[in-house]
Amino acid sequence: MKNAENTDMRHTDAVCVNEEQVKHPWWDNLKYLVVGIVFGITFVKAEIVSWFRIQEMFQLTSFHMYGVIGTAVVVGAISIQIIKRFNIKTIYGEEIVINEKKFNKGQIYGGLMFGIGWAITGACPGPLFAHIGAGFTVIAVTFLSAVAGTWVYGYLRDKLPH
Amino acid sequence: MLELIQQPWPWYVAGIFIGLTVPTLLIVGNKSFGISSNLRHICAACIPGNVKFFQYDWKKEIWNWFFAAGIVLGGFIAMNFLANPDAIEVADATKANLREAGVTDFTNLLPSDVFSWDSLLSLRGFFFMIVGGFLVGFGTRYAGGCTSGHAIMGLSTLQWPSLVATICFMIGGFVSAWFIVPFLLGL
Repeated sequence: MKNAENTDMRHTDAVCVNEEQVKHPWWDNLKYLVVGIVFGITFVKAEIVSWFRIQEMFQLTSFHMYGVIGTAVVVGAISIQIIKRFNIKTIYGEEIVINEKKFNKGQIYGGLMFGIGWAITGACPGPLFAHIGAGFTVIAVTFLSAVAGTWVYGYLRDKLPH
Repeated sequence: MLELIQQPWPWYVAGIFIGLTVPTLLIVGNKSFGISSNLRHICAACIPGNVKFFQYDWKKEIWNWFFAAGIVLGGFIAMNFLANPDAIEVADATKANLREAGVTDFTNLLPSDVFSWDSLLSLRGFFFMIVGGFLVGFGTRYAGGCTSGHAIMGLSTLQWPSLVATICFMIGGFVSAWFIVPFLLGL
């Protein structure tokens, strides 16, 4: 029961719920580090983590970011279709599970708030990590502030409209 | 080859790499692509307080930190070993708009006159670095995901709540870029 409750709590924002049956040693996580490295290099090399790219996107003066996100969605969607069609399993032979996202008003209010912050900082959470790695040390402050924002959301959660 | 990597990568190359992250994470360990959850796991691990939202077994999400640490390392590698020797690309129209609003540095990924330790304690720096970060952290969790979790993972799996979230990200961003950012730059 406690376990079910735990899953439920992690489920509330419908991402990162991974109930794997296989037990892994810690170093198994290094594969995610490798995926992250490729991802981080892409972020910097395609200048997706450029504050200016985000301004361009919202000022509608460049196609770049629309191209990046659009291509990523198309490639992601085709991959998901292939996984479903051919019933592709994980490398451990487990069924691939995709969690359904439930609608709540948070996606509207929170979405608007994040959008405002996105244009100001020029970064969503991923680029914040890349900025710090790329040597913009002051972004560690922005990152901590984002952690604080997440904490305050958790604290106020019951009082906010969802 | 190295020279080719050092050039800024075109959008379709970046899009393919980012898009392929979705099936890669699923196939190597059944993980849903998402980054903002890291912030929640940090809260759960370090400062859960009495908040129910942070009472869960964060150790099951450690993979997400490895992924985030990879992004930090990737940023480091790209900047130190694969850096493009020229100034970054900025559209002329946006350059003109921002120059008018008071930005002077167009050479790096972040304008140094806005984002730096020196300007952190100015009113302008406070809004760009601290208030901006707070909105990102609060908003992504309230929305249940960020650009990766909703716009890429959510849209790839054809989930309409993610479409709603993505549209709201964009509306917030447009309002912010056209009205709030120019105002804040003038502070």
